[in-house]
Amino acid sequence: MAGKTLYDKLWDSHLIHENSDGTNLIYIDRQLIHEVTSPQAFEGLRIANRKIWRNSANFAVPDHNIPTKDRYLGITDPISKLQVDTLSTNCSEFKIKEFSMNNPSQGIVHIIGPEQGLTLPGMTIVCGDSHTSTHGALGALAFGIGTSEVEHVLATQCLIQKKSKNMLININGLLNYNVTAKDIILYIIGRIGTAGGTGYAIEFSGQTIQSLSMESRMTICNMTIEMGARVGMIAVDQNTIEYLQNRTYAPSGLNWKKAVTSWENLKSDKDANYDKIIEIDCSKINPMVTWGTSPEMVTNINGIIPFPKNEKLTRSLQNALDYMGLKSGTAIKDIKLDKIFIGSCTNARIEDLRIASKIVKGKKIAKNIKLAMVVPGSGPVKKQAELEGLDDIFIKAGFEWRDPGCSMCLAMNDDFLEIGERCASTSNRNFEGRQGKGGRTHLVSPIMAASAAIEGHFINVSELRKDKQ
Amino acid sequence: MKKIKLWEGIVAPLDRQNVDTDAIIPKQFLKSIYRTGLGNYLFDEWRYLDYGELGQDCRKRPINKEFILNKNRFKNSSILLSRSNFGCGSSREHAPWALENFGFKVIIAESFADIFYNNCFKNSILPITLSSVIIDNLFNLTWDNWGFTLKIDLKNQTITNPLLKTIQFDIEEFRKMALIKGLDEIGQTLIYSEEIKKFEKKHKIENPWLFNIL
Ligand code: SF4
Repeated sequence: MAGKTLYDKLWDSHLIHENSDGTNLIYIDRQLIHEVTSPQAFEGLRIANRKIWRNSANFAVPDHNIPTKDRYLGITDPISKLQVDTLSTNCSEFKIKEFSMNNPSQGIVHIIGPEQGLTLPGMTIVCGDSHTSTHGALGALAFGIGTSEVEHVLATQCLIQKKSKNMLININGLLNYNVTAKDIILYIIGRIGTAGGTGYAIEFSGQTIQSLSMESRMTICNMTIEMGARVGMIAVDQNTIEYLQNRTYAPSGLNWKKAVTSWENLKSDKDANYDKIIEIDCSKINPMVTWGTSPEMVTNINGIIPFPKNEKLTRSLQNALDYMGLKSGTAIKDIKLDKIFIGSCTNARIEDLRIASKIVKGKKIAKNIKLAMVVPGSGPVKKQAELEGLDDIFIKAGFEWRDPGCSMCLAMNDDFLEIGERCASTSNRNFEGRQGKGGRTHLVSPIMAASAAIEGHFINVSELRKDKQ
Repeated sequence: MKKIKLWEGIVAPLDRQNVDTDAIIPKQFLKSIYRTGLGNYLFDEWRYLDYGELGQDCRKRPINKEFILNKNRFKNSSILLSRSNFGCGSSREHAPWALENFGFKVIIAESFADIFYNNCFKNSILPITLSSVIIDNLFNLTWDNWGFTLKIDLKNQTITNPLLKTIQFDIEEFRKMALIKGLDEIGQTLIYSEEIKKFEKKHKIENPWLFNIL
């Protein structure tokens, strides 16, 4: 019999019941909750008079709607305020741990899970949010669900699911100078397309993955959903274990030792079977920039906006270019920006802020940049950055230094693009209207966002003039 | 949940790939704490010329006459026809809520994003996947024939119209039954309460750190 993949192992170890129609009832270890996709789930419980199956399997945090400045004023938009308050009311009524807006540990749900040690290897993790795939970087089986399923998990600690197929993406080769995890994942999405992973659970492996920090691995798993796969995961190794040691909610003492022993098995067997295997040679990757309205519309910094290949593509390409206000044949380096956003669950961890700050240190943002902002992913990230003086570097360069939250990743709060404004963003989606109605998003790494802030248009960081003021 | 078995309705052609959930229901409407009332804001940025807000009276808003659902002939449609990767993007169930609330019962596309596909079944919407050849043909028929309707028979998994050879579609048995019976899924799972408790006990012995009290 062939061996098992990591996905198979996690699935099998949480299997409660196999239905005759091929669906499975699986046990969920952890549910993360935020204010946007949960109110109707709690309401459903109330209407049906149902209880929570296991309160401490859940934790909640408001992140999507909250202001990133002047937080002491509270939330001024009454509709957002109602949603955030509703989360708090639901959490106290149903006895669920909440990191409320003014808690020092508050942050974007996918950042604080690993940071607090609430995300652990071997867990099944769900959240009413598609970027739950992020947590797979720690060797967990994590995926996004809808609100009806949030309610289902609250009431039963289980979900009825159909198992996905297995895909392996093997990533090898040395990374070029200033190519990061974000560029790797954008490159892969460009290659296999936004639906290329639909129906699969994707495992990332290979020497390059092993050499990446945990934070970089999270960036990669985060954007697995942008290829259509709900699950992205990476086997546990020494990096994973070191990352988790001494985290607030990670096991300690004897339990830590036991946990580590069991986590060490969380990797695919050598003879495991995959339905699909893709090989990626990293040495070919250059810093990436999206130019359209889907993450697969991407090329590298030396590229140009493509010409349509066939008639069918013409229409979708034309729609995208019209929206973006761009033309086929334009060089990526000639695209001028209005705003810069460094943030989101993709790229707002400490290593992202460190790397961006190195680039802007001692320089000033270009005149055409109307706003450049850094939104740390969590309270602890912000605090650490301030300890290292990164806030100072950003502020001196002309950036705004904000409080943690989703912010302009999806613009549900006061941070958004005006019609026609163009933004270099470290987030994960460039859909029409994502960052504000009529706003134009280019997805990039923190290095590219920082370089573009200084130069005013996209540029390879190695071409940035040292003396640029 | 409402049951769905047989449906006949007007088809609206939304000729785009990768129709994402941000387009189906823009984020400002996710601030709602209710499931209902989102139909007015379905495809808001494509449907209206101004910026919509939750709670706004949509009857007075300037309309984008070019958008498909604003054309008289498609106003009462209940079957949406689209291209590949429909519903990609976020997990927001507000997307099927808005579609359902607008009046869509069936969505036909070349392919769907996983989470969206799942969410449809929880909200009495039937998503049907068909090949691009058939979809091309349906687009042509929809454009060429005013008031073009399709009849969907979920039990027999067929799509019919006098202008067409009967189309068969695939659907997994459990999903089909969920729609036909309008099942309460939580109730179904709670039938297994004893098995869940048994599993939990064993799981806790093997992995005690998963059961910390937060
Ligand atoms: S940062 Fe963006 S992608 Fe991440 S959870 Fe928030 S809104 Fe979603």
